Amino acid sequence: MGNAPSIRLEGLSIGYGSTVVARNLDIEFPGGKLSMVVGGSGSGKSTLLKHILKLQPTKEGRVFIGGHDMSGLSAREQRCIRQRTGVLFQDGALLGSLRLGDNIALPLREHTRLTEGEIMRIVNDRLAMVGLDHAANLFPNELSGGMRKRAGLARALVMDPQVLFCDEPTSGLDPVMSAELDQLMLEMMCQFDMTMVVVTHDLRSMHALADFVVVLGDERCLFQGTIEDLDATKDPYLRRFLDRSAGERATSRLTLPPISQDKMKLDCADILGAKATGRKDGRCSN
Amino acid sequence: MAEKAQGGVFFLALPGRAFGRVLSELGGTFLFFLQAVALMFAGWGQFAKTVRQVYFIGVQSVTVIALIGLFTGMVMGMQLYYALSVFGADGFLGTGVALSMVRELAPVLTAIMLTGRAGSAMTAEIGVMRISEQIDALTIMDINPMRYLVAPKMAACLISFPILTAFFNLIALWGGWLTGVKLLGANEGVYWSRVQGSLDWSDIEGGFIKSLVFAVLVCTICCFEGYNTHTRSGHAGPEGVSQSTTSAVVKSCVVVLAADYILTSLLW
Ligand SMILES: Nc1ncnc2c1ncn2[C@@H]1O[C@H](COP(=O)(O)OP(=O)(O)OP(=O)(O)O)[C@@H](O)[C@H]1O
Ligand SMILES: [Mg+2]
Repeated sequence: MGNAPSIRLEGLSIGYGSTVVARNLDIEFPGGKLSMVVGGSGSGKSTLLKHILKLQPTKEGRVFIGGHDMSGLSAREQRCIRQRTGVLFQDGALLGSLRLGDNIALPLREHTRLTEGEIMRIVNDRLAMVGLDHAANLFPNELSGGMRKRAGLARALVMDPQVLFCDEPTSGLDPVMSAELDQLMLEMMCQFDMTMVVVTHDLRSMHALADFVVVLGDERCLFQGTIEDLDATKDPYLRRFLDRSAGERATSRLTLPPISQDKMKLDCADILGAKATGRKDGRCSN
Repeated sequence: MAEKAQGGVFFLALPGRAFGRVLSELGGTFLFFLQAVALMFAGWGQFAKTVRQVYFIGVQSVTVIALIGLFTGMVMGMQLYYALSVFGADGFLGTGVALSMVRELAPVLTAIMLTGRAGSAMTAEIGVMRISEQIDALTIMDINPMRYLVAPKMAACLISFPILTAFFNLIALWGGWLTGVKLLGANEGVYWSRVQGSLDWSDIEGGFIKSLVFAVLVCTICCFEGYNTHTRSGHAGPEGVSQSTTSAVVKSCVVVLAADYILTSLLW
């Protein structure tokens, strides 16, 4: 069995400047497994990744990767860990001045002794893996959001990382593509010895893939454990999250009526028709 | 009593804190400069990036430098001719144009033009890369962003500024000849012999040193502002980048003029 490094957080507090997003996190992402981090929007998932990756200064607590305390590493150890870590940022973070192919070739050109031919072979392979083999000559701003994300994944994978962090790999993708990406992650997990930490909102892919789940919310870690434990939980917040149910409400949230026609500066009733009251069919009966 | 004392402390602390901030920014900028210079020669990869930057900062600025040089020279030729002919000293037109250009106007105006054309672009480029996490991505890939982004720009500025300054000088001297000699009728042979005779090696050397110093100042300030755009309090995102760009251009121009004064008093 593999020896992909585990990632352990000890009493880690995350945030920006003086604002704290979550405090006192004690989490261990097991090595060689696929861990998923879920939680409401704004609960600090992306912030957690930035702190693990040392892109934000740590306020409190420590991060261990493969047993090495990240704050006490020599320059060489730090570089080794970086070169063996792949990251997919939430919106790709491709370099705007390079074509897609060059973006993906960049880490290989910087850190390996491969010839240009070998580099291009790897680049084309990775692009084909995420379904972008036709787009190698485009600039990032000529790609759609979903394409940028897939390209970011191809770049994260190009150095054969031992640790892979993905921030919402499937958000913004069509159902077919996101199912394919899930499939790809499953294959990677089975074929390569890799520790993966994936932030997601996609509960279906969480059920399909996750070995280990972390739930963030309420400025802390609400849950960590296997998917079976999570499914068996009785915690009301977690249940709501899992069952995708909205909170019970006695009153409607729409407390204000629409702005009346005669308050608009431009009267467009002749073009779009006068605004009538809402629809009254099966779905909007009450 | 206690309140009064606190007010006094506040009164003292405010300028103290501002002074501390300025000092720490100056220190940060200096370290930034040292890092960029140290990384200029980090491997062959730097060479290709530097060439690309020389093309952007240097080659693409040739037209605008030529235009500015031409008009500055023409104005100098005209003004000096009028002023000197009052004393019947229009023979010294060449001296006046040559010295004012080579010692002062060429290095300063070139630096200010390049701040507007290339410096602002450097700030905006690096700032946008900062807010769109591209710099974070470079760090994660173990590609030092200072080496990848800033050092080639520094090298390119150190190459481009002196060459463009020399080019400015040539065009400006020709512009002075155009108005002084061709338009207003000063003696052509006297003009060129005065240009040649009045310029000492120390003048040319001084202009060269100035252009190198300005290159360092402009590049350091513009890259530093872009690189740290995310630390601007209260103005993150695109607005922060636009403010960084404005502030980089203003600071560069002020610092260039102040440094010009200091260098002039030290050099001659
Ligand atoms: N650069 C920043 N400076 C200050 N606060 C920030 C910054 N980025 C994010 N925040 C704040 O930190 C909190 C957590 O943000 P984060 O991006 O980690 O959320 P998230 O869990 O990734 O959400 P999402 O699922 O929507 O991506 C938010 O309340 C946000 O307002
Ligand atoms: Mg996020």
